[in-house]
Amino acid sequence: MSVIVEGKNIVRDYHVPGGLLKKARTVHAVKGVSFSVEKGKTLAIVGESGCGKSTLARIITLIDSATAGDLIIEGQKVDIAKAPLTAEMRRKVQIIFQNPYGSLNPRQKIGDVLAEPLKINTDMPASERNDRAMAMLKKVGLGPEHFNRYPHMFSGGQRQRIAIARALMLNPSLLVLDEPVSALDLSVQAQVLNLLADLQDEFDLTYIFISHDLSVVRYIADEVMVMYYGEAVEYGTREAVFSNPQHDYTKTLFAATPRADVDSIRARIAAKKAAA
Amino acid sequence: MPLLEIRNLAVSFETSTGPFKAVQGIDISVEKGEVLAIVGESGSGKSVSMLAVMGLLPDTATVTADTMSFDGIDLMTLDISARRKIIGKDIAMIFQEPMASLNPCFTAGFQIEEVLRFHMGMNGKQRRARAIELFELVGIPDPAQRLNSFPHQMSGGQCQRVMIAMAIACNPKLLIADEPTTALDVTIQKQILDLLMRLQAENGMGLIMITHNMGVVAETADRVVVQYKGRKMEEADVLSLFESPKSNYTRALLAALPDNATGDRLPTVSDLIFEPAPGAAA
Repeated sequence: MSVIVEGKNIVRDYHVPGGLLKKARTVHAVKGVSFSVEKGKTLAIVGESGCGKSTLARIITLIDSATAGDLIIEGQKVDIAKAPLTAEMRRKVQIIFQNPYGSLNPRQKIGDVLAEPLKINTDMPASERNDRAMAMLKKVGLGPEHFNRYPHMFSGGQRQRIAIARALMLNPSLLVLDEPVSALDLSVQAQVLNLLADLQDEFDLTYIFISHDLSVVRYIADEVMVMYYGEAVEYGTREAVFSNPQHDYTKTLFAATPRADVDSIRARIAAKKAAA
Repeated sequence: MPLLEIRNLAVSFETSTGPFKAVQGIDISVEKGEVLAIVGESGSGKSVSMLAVMGLLPDTATVTADTMSFDGIDLMTLDISARRKIIGKDIAMIFQEPMASLNPCFTAGFQIEEVLRFHMGMNGKQRRARAIELFELVGIPDPAQRLNSFPHQMSGGQCQRVMIAMAIACNPKLLIADEPTTALDVTIQKQILDLLMRLQAENGMGLIMITHNMGVVAETADRVVVQYKGRKMEEADVLSLFESPKSNYTRALLAALPDNATGDRLPTVSDLIFEPAPGAAA
């Protein structure tokens, strides 16, 4: 098994400039996080808003640079702050954002949305770009009739499929998914999760899956990292983290997740009766 | 007599391609002190039926019902000024997006005092005291200071607490919570749900929880109504709904929970529902 992406002690500080009445200060968004993901595996990053998980996602996706630490993608050390990113590296990592409504250009037809990454990154002729876009559209469960439609004509789940299709156009090896299903309904969420699982098998994709929904994480992840105030407080295999959480925050997180099994409903009703 | 009784509610919207039926033939009743959950996905009409109760639907909507009564008052024939005396006082609603439902131009304190001035006719001093009391009740630290904060100075969880404080300001008999925790983290969600359940038990008010999260249903509801495409699919008490769901749709919803995944794939609703909802027009 080869390691696709590895982070060593990644730190990201943001400097907030001072003003007339405010002193300049530094926000430590990510405080020395290390991880490594093997090919075809899924690492889930869990944490509440403001814990630095999206900052980490931006660093892995090469959108933002780390203040310190090493990011190694397919054995190659990358630092976008020092050297400009090569087109080849750009193709290796793709990201899918939380809000499918916000991540598609409302004035671009779906066919063009999908062909654009090829247009920018390759010198493929237009006919081939369109063929590939059409093939990808089918792969994510949409049809040829959707090719010339605009984003507003799709539902949330379909839009997320389009975002996934666009991310896959360049055959990336690593896909960063920033809360890809949290804006979707339960039944649509199941469809998108199934699609992600199928695509992972087919293309041997590596996922970094960011979520705050533990039931989804438990379903999809191989390894789990729990972040709290910029630090990785827990990191291990899914089984280890879920069966034997070590850190207090992880335990709090588990306790806060609503349980939908019959036994806990019974216990709640009994407690309510006892209180009344 | 139920606190809220709705019989055969239908809501349709005027569109350029003819009327669109958002809700058809929904019956809902809530007793005093009861927690009812309305479950369904987007487009199932769960919010629309509650907005009809509140009278918050736009002019393009046509609302018909055999009965729509609250605490013995017929909501169908009520004129606007009489309705305004009830809405916000005896029936209050909490919306999904706490940030978007507060006015960004006014402080949290001003907005909560506005409710007290309009419905309770309190003077400035009384309003201030009651606002501080309410902020304490919903667990906002340092309430006297926080009253002077603007919505953008508070986190999403704090804003939702302000919304709850505003909704319970006049001790409503019925509280409608429309996806109150969907935009929040699980730890904050837990706090907000605990708060709602505590307030509900203390005040003995009726509570309608609109949600698509089965976990939230399991943790809060006494009784559950499942809606799909504007129709009621099932109504049951919470235990029997989870133990032995009757309709195919409910079974599909429960099977789609990642918690219940048995194999590699999650069953989806379309895997389990072959027939369209009864009588639903395409």
